[in-house]
Amino acid sequence: METVGTIANAPTLAQRAYNIRRNALRMGEVQGQGYIAQALDIADVLAVAYFHAMHYRPEDPSWEGRDRFLLSNGHYAIALYAALIEAGIIPEAELETYGSDESRLPMSGMASYTPGMEMSGGSLGLGLSIAAGMALGLKRKSSRARVYTLFSDGELDEGSVWEAIMSAAHHRLDNLIAIVDVNNQQADGPSTEMMAFEPLVDKLTAFGWFVQRVDGNDLNAVIAAFDAAKSNAEPRPRIIVADTLMGKGVPFLEQREKNHFIRVEPHEWQLALGALEAGKKS
Amino acid sequence: MKPTVSATPSGKPRLTTSAMIASIAADGQRTKPAPFGHALVELARNRADVVGMTADLGKYTDLHIFAKAFPDRYYQMGMAEQLLFGAASGLAAEGFTPFATTYAVFASRRAYDFIHQTIAEEDRNVKIVCALPGLTSGYGPSHQAAEDLALFRAMPNMTVIDPCDAHEIEQLVPAIAAHQGPIYVRLLRGQVPLVLDEYGYHFELGKAALIREGRDVLIISTGIMTMRALEAAKELAGDRVDAAVLHVPTIKPLDAETILREARKPGRLVVVAENHTVIGGLGEAVAALLMRSGVHPVFRQIGLPDEFLAAGALPTLHDRYGISTAEVSRQMKQWLGR
Repeated sequence: METVGTIANAPTLAQRAYNIRRNALRMGEVQGQGYIAQALDIADVLAVAYFHAMHYRPEDPSWEGRDRFLLSNGHYAIALYAALIEAGIIPEAELETYGSDESRLPMSGMASYTPGMEMSGGSLGLGLSIAAGMALGLKRKSSRARVYTLFSDGELDEGSVWEAIMSAAHHRLDNLIAIVDVNNQQADGPSTEMMAFEPLVDKLTAFGWFVQRVDGNDLNAVIAAFDAAKSNAEPRPRIIVADTLMGKGVPFLEQREKNHFIRVEPHEWQLALGALEAGKKS
Repeated sequence: MKPTVSATPSGKPRLTTSAMIASIAADGQRTKPAPFGHALVELARNRADVVGMTADLGKYTDLHIFAKAFPDRYYQMGMAEQLLFGAASGLAAEGFTPFATTYAVFASRRAYDFIHQTIAEEDRNVKIVCALPGLTSGYGPSHQAAEDLALFRAMPNMTVIDPCDAHEIEQLVPAIAAHQGPIYVRLLRGQVPLVLDEYGYHFELGKAALIREGRDVLIISTGIMTMRALEAAKELAGDRVDAAVLHVPTIKPLDAETILREARKPGRLVVVAENHTVIGGLGEAVAALLMRSGVHPVFRQIGLPDEFLAAGALPTLHDRYGISTAEVSRQMKQWLGR
């Protein structure tokens, strides 16, 4: 099994995105906390990455021919675990262990803990540099695999990210597809107010990347962006700037006062799961 | 370490040392050119997984020799040390063995978190090889890595090596390539002194080696201070001081067995000598080992003071900060009451 989404009768991408959100909410309920608003905003991107774009073997997460997925923003681990569970790389039962002692699912993603987790994030701004090295390595091996890496708009503040942006273009890493989650929220407030990064498309284009900006919660737009990133023939690294809505899919969380680490009351996890399901039916 | 002599307007001779390309070798000392670069080329002939990477310091870390021999296995990452080590982690993840070079200050101070998180925490097989260790540049604190051993000793998974000379550097290159895991190596580049071949020495990862026997004092030394200790021991012999020299190239993991065996021999002053701040390097590592093991010789440290070091000519600075041969001898005699 390689590209899961191409199998006949497979769940639709909308169903996958729903399942990722549901898995994330269930993990959040276990811990009573988590970066749930981010998990909800990035679920559509992860659904397209894992069930449309990427090649991998769920039963063999370190299969040499797999596409690599590097989670730079380690605090999004809850979202990636949700996707890895949906992909069959992590058993669903482990969801109950999220953030607990001895769990393979720590709150911040680490390569040594979790199958399918390719890097240890958490210290923000690391991922794109590792991705550049992996992309160089794959080219050395004449591998057709690609490196995908997800990072957050706040990470654009880190100088190392721009080192890697310059380097990937310099080395013509056309096997590298980056996704930046622009939810405009970082620890101390709205990302654009912490350090202005717009006009982001112009900047990244000037740095030599193939750039697309999409509504990261519009599945069809995200699919088209991944397809174009893969099929583009230019010798450039590719980046998808995904504008997302924190809390997406759970209206009362979408409307909650924006915060890096939103507070969810114990009784609200079940309400959130209910709201998610209601949204799916409507 | 041959200073340039020129005249000042007043007519007095002026000592200057070229900051970055100076050799640590004394005038007339036997040397070997670029031992790291040549050894890496030799290694790479039989190891297709070996790649070279640098952050705009290929020429200053002797990696240009590798670049010339294997241009398609050489990655110039630009003057971007965080990227250098992150990308080295990525190449290691893909099965390659990167030798990543820069100056010791930039690896230890600027890129520390990248090495910590992307290399050490993930136990990636990256060899970090860094020039200008300790006080081997007269350029000032920006290029003097007085604290690199302390920083890398404190990092889990990291092996830390401070070689003495060209002979040892040649031998350690294949040895560290045979070891799976991250390693930090202090590099001497350019015309590198050749010393240990005369003693029949052979580098073994993780092993200390008794280079010279002596009854009065045991000098436990690492890096270029083993060269200084051997020179000082010869001088001291003229004053009827019999000095043993135990060379400890691998700072971490420490060869506790050999150090304790030697330190337990009675009646000897124990002196640890290192080209590093007295904080957190070999001296404190040995002191802690001796304390934990209930071994209590009279103990002294030779190392750089806990201060920002001056710019200037290296011979001047090595005298001023107590790590020249003459200063090592003088301190030893003072401690022994000779």
